[in-house]
Amino acid sequence: MSVDLNAVRRIAHLARIGVSEEETPHLQGEINAILKFIEALEAVDVEGVEPMTSVIPMKLPMREDVVTDGGIVDKVLANAPLTEDGFFLVPKVIE
Amino acid sequence: MTDLTSLTLAEARDRLRSRAISSAEITRAHLEAMEKGSALNAYVATTPEKAMQMAAASDARIARDEAGPLEGLPIGVKDLYATEGVHTQACSHILDGFKPPYESTVTANLWRDGAVMLGKLNMDEFAMGSSNETSYYGPVASPWLPPNWNADKARAALGDPKKKGLLTPGGSSGGSAAAVAARLCLAATASDTGGSIRQPAAFTGIVGVKPTYGRCSRWGMVAFASSLDQAGPLARTVRDAAILLRSMAGPDAKDSTCSPAPVADYEAAVGRSIKGLTIGIPREYRLDGMNPAIEGLWAKGGDWLRAAGAKVVDVSLPHTRHALPAYYIVAPAEASSNLARYDGVRYGLREASSDIVGLYEKTRAKGFGAEVRRRLMIGAYVLSAGYYDAYYLRAQKIRTLIKRDFEDAFAEGVDAILTPATPSAAFGIGEKASVDPVEMYLNDVFTVTVNMAGLPGLVAPAGLSEDGLPLGLQLIGRAFDEETLFTLGEIIEQSAGRMALPGTWWA
Amino acid sequence: MAETANAKLIKGATGDWEVVIGLEVHAQVVSRAKLFSGASTEFGGEPNTHVSLVDAAMPGMLPVINRECVAQAIRTGLGLKAEINPRSTFDRKNYFYPDLPQGYQISQYKSPIVGEGEIQVDLSPDHSIRVGVERLHLEQDAGKSLHDQSPTMSLVDLNRSGVALMEIVSRPDMRSSEEAKAYVSKLRTILRYIGSCDGDMEKGNLRADVNVSVRRPGEPLGTRCEIKNVNSIRFIGQAIEAEARRQIAIIEDGGAIEQETRLFDPGQGQTRSMRSKEEAHDYRYFPDPDLLPLELDPAWVQRLASELPELPDAKKARFMADYGLSPYDASSLVAERETADFFESAVKHGGAKRDAKAVANWLMGDLAAQANALGVSAADAGLPAASLATLVDLIGEGVISGKIAKDVLALLFGEERGADPRAVVEKRGLKQVTDLGEIERAVDDVIAANADKAEQAKAKPGMLGWFVGQVMKATGGKANPQAVSDLLKRRLGL
Repeated sequence: MSVDLNAVRRIAHLARIGVSEEETPHLQGEINAILKFIEALEAVDVEGVEPMTSVIPMKLPMREDVVTDGGIVDKVLANAPLTEDGFFLVPKVIE
Repeated sequence: MTDLTSLTLAEARDRLRSRAISSAEITRAHLEAMEKGSALNAYVATTPEKAMQMAAASDARIARDEAGPLEGLPIGVKDLYATEGVHTQACSHILDGFKPPYESTVTANLWRDGAVMLGKLNMDEFAMGSSNETSYYGPVASPWLPPNWNADKARAALGDPKKKGLLTPGGSSGGSAAAVAARLCLAATASDTGGSIRQPAAFTGIVGVKPTYGRCSRWGMVAFASSLDQAGPLARTVRDAAILLRSMAGPDAKDSTCSPAPVADYEAAVGRSIKGLTIGIPREYRLDGMNPAIEGLWAKGGDWLRAAGAKVVDVSLPHTRHALPAYYIVAPAEASSNLARYDGVRYGLREASSDIVGLYEKTRAKGFGAEVRRRLMIGAYVLSAGYYDAYYLRAQKIRTLIKRDFEDAFAEGVDAILTPATPSAAFGIGEKASVDPVEMYLNDVFTVTVNMAGLPGLVAPAGLSEDGLPLGLQLIGRAFDEETLFTLGEIIEQSAGRMALPGTWWA
Repeated sequence: MAETANAKLIKGATGDWEVVIGLEVHAQVVSRAKLFSGASTEFGGEPNTHVSLVDAAMPGMLPVINRECVAQAIRTGLGLKAEINPRSTFDRKNYFYPDLPQGYQISQYKSPIVGEGEIQVDLSPDHSIRVGVERLHLEQDAGKSLHDQSPTMSLVDLNRSGVALMEIVSRPDMRSSEEAKAYVSKLRTILRYIGSCDGDMEKGNLRADVNVSVRRPGEPLGTRCEIKNVNSIRFIGQAIEAEARRQIAIIEDGGAIEQETRLFDPGQGQTRSMRSKEEAHDYRYFPDPDLLPLELDPAWVQRLASELPELPDAKKARFMADYGLSPYDASSLVAERETADFFESAVKHGGAKRDAKAVANWLMGDLAAQANALGVSAADAGLPAASLATLVDLIGEGVISGKIAKDVLALLFGEERGADPRAVVEKRGLKQVTDLGEIERAVDDVIAANADKAEQAKAKPGMLGWFVGQVMKATGGKANPQAVSDLLKRRLGL
């Protein structure tokens, strides 16, 4: 399995990481090196094997339906780069 | 007066309890050592004022006979843990300036038990790396001198921010391991996803433990790979690691994957007999062209355990060689999702842009280093439409097989498994900056199996390479049987003799 | 059956077309706290005040599931006669958007908590269809972005982020906008009965994504388009009509339908394509590693089943059987659980056996009218069920006539609010006159005073009504109208 330059661009966009045209071939090389490494797994017989769904046997714990949180707008906004009147600000999103 | 920073955690604890020393004294001693050793770049943020305040509070509690299990003991914290109001960036540029308004459960446990915080320790960015070379803050120099180097040469190299030629302490908990080995803290709280505690422990001649998955809470730990991440201690002795882990571990209702099982008294397990225990030696860990010193040490480890009364048998863990490639599917996949929240909107770095996609792409391009970027892209790829079954699903099935291998061995009566910790001793900083990222990944070949199976692993220093650099041995235990690992680890430590850590050359 | 099916077909320029509709309804779960965090689900509030660190996706935060949200999903599944899956898993749906702070939504993709079920949809009181439900799953709601507050920036409020939603996916069984509207209406009723969702579409607590395709009858399914976030039943109907027309026009023009996501613009009465010219989202679903599979205790599911209230279909059947109500009346009463309960309280009040049909008529007629004027439902209008019962009793006992009862009811909503109807009748001397002697005198007086009209009445029997009115006026409205009418007929020789 290997990726071409278009795939690299597409994956970079999926991951929302800006990659310049100059960087793309180098990144392609890196990714293909890793893909080659994991290629070895294709040969493993996994017939009838269930994928791991929980690392240790444990029941999913559940919470009571009580409001125990929130009302901490100052904490929530404390590290935000850009806010106004309690809102986070982002460049305008066109629907 | 003994150099207080040379005490073990246990010795310091005992002296504090007997009032032979005060927390203020030992904390100050560490702060001075940290300053002298700052060029090692082990710390990315120091908290001297806070440390002295905490020390004073601890001394007051000791005076009132209210000492907790870690009362007054100065500890370093890996930059991965959210420490309230204090630098928490997982050594990434993208978390620039982030000071969390909350404390991680594991560190809160430390402060609950009276420990003193010295500062935040350097690490590979987002815990992705095996040499601390991907950190935004630059590499960490191991306190171990490169072979044939003298102190002058080493000090000169320290002056270079790139630390070229000096040894890496391993990663991702490089700063933590270096600080412990260089006596810049009594012990450190670190994390392990594929070997990030155990490999640095081996490289720096100290003890590292990755407990069973779910033993410690992940709440407030910057997430890398959720099904693999675990908190754990780095310390200079097995006993020290046991003491620290006991405080760190425990149930947490805020983490759905954290076990509700009570924590055992790990220190009590140190010094127990191992008569009647069976130790497995997995044949698949014997790699082609294996370093003879490591092979020899592995055999010696088996001899030590046999001499102490254990039975040593061969076992087979047939899917061992698939663990590393499978890990490099699962971990990046989970990371690609966990790191999606770093987008410049609610915290951290923000690059200006007139549109939202630009904001994301520029911020993340600027904020993430090359290794993180590689892994996030691999992660997005292996989860993407058309590839999920072939990669991620397959890797999770292989994970089941890896875990089953261990379960079969344990079912045959094996109590623990002995393996080498690393394929080599520490290498030089910049040595593995090759084009092929996979070369760095091979460092974790002996350790990732343990994370993939969710089992506990302990690394103890066991000897030296031909070049005089530390080598460790790894013990892998049954789920939630950290006690047996501490018992066995102590035997290794006693048999090998306490590792003589390097004297201070950096100041 | 074929006739009914044909009636749903849309006439195009080149022949008949069948519309195929499937609905994905998002229902906000009634709970105090969010699905995976302890912050409040309360509506409104200053921005980012109902937000926990988990909802804000701070580094190191982890989800813990709210038991009540799970219970609500189970109850709803039971109400939809669906399979409750004993084991389900949570998956991450990964995409970037400012109102999705984690960069992923926790949802259920491969293994939802509820499987196949069905809803009986009443198109008319005696004609219903079965619409299949494919699945129901739990997922997080996203926050809200405001795009119109500033020319260059959007404002993000995460209050809603993490609130529990149930996504209920129907099979594409509907064939007309009427069927689709009726389906949503019935689903809404069921959810309100169970109490798992308040169905308030104006607040956005219930919204639908409508999938529409068209085809020639008998042909395979056409390409569908999804109309997102339609938030009223009326708009659902309009959107379907508009979209079907759009698709038919394209195909008849020789074009092909592009599969895409669209929005309904009520102002224009049209659907339009959403901006996303970019590639279809690759959500990269994978099981959320911060959560474990949800395994349901069968005893718990059993208990939830036993605690379910009587649902609308069963209630309607019982009302028809026990109270002899018509399908129409029974349907009307069970549309809202409060109304049905109110009705039944009134019928059963005091343990007496009273005329259920009369209660129903008064409830759905005059009482409903009074309530509408106040902008509330009959059950919430402030008239106790006991008072409705008493009113019906008074008529049944012959104490007042139906006409007078209307007046009494008006008084109970006016000056006599809160009073006992019997007391009102007493106090205001509203007892109807039943004494035949008195009625005779009144009738005779009126006939005597209008002898010429009395003569004309023989040829024009319709004038009876006028005479009845006169006698009623003369008796202050209190004479029994039936008795008056009978007597007048005899006296006038009709």
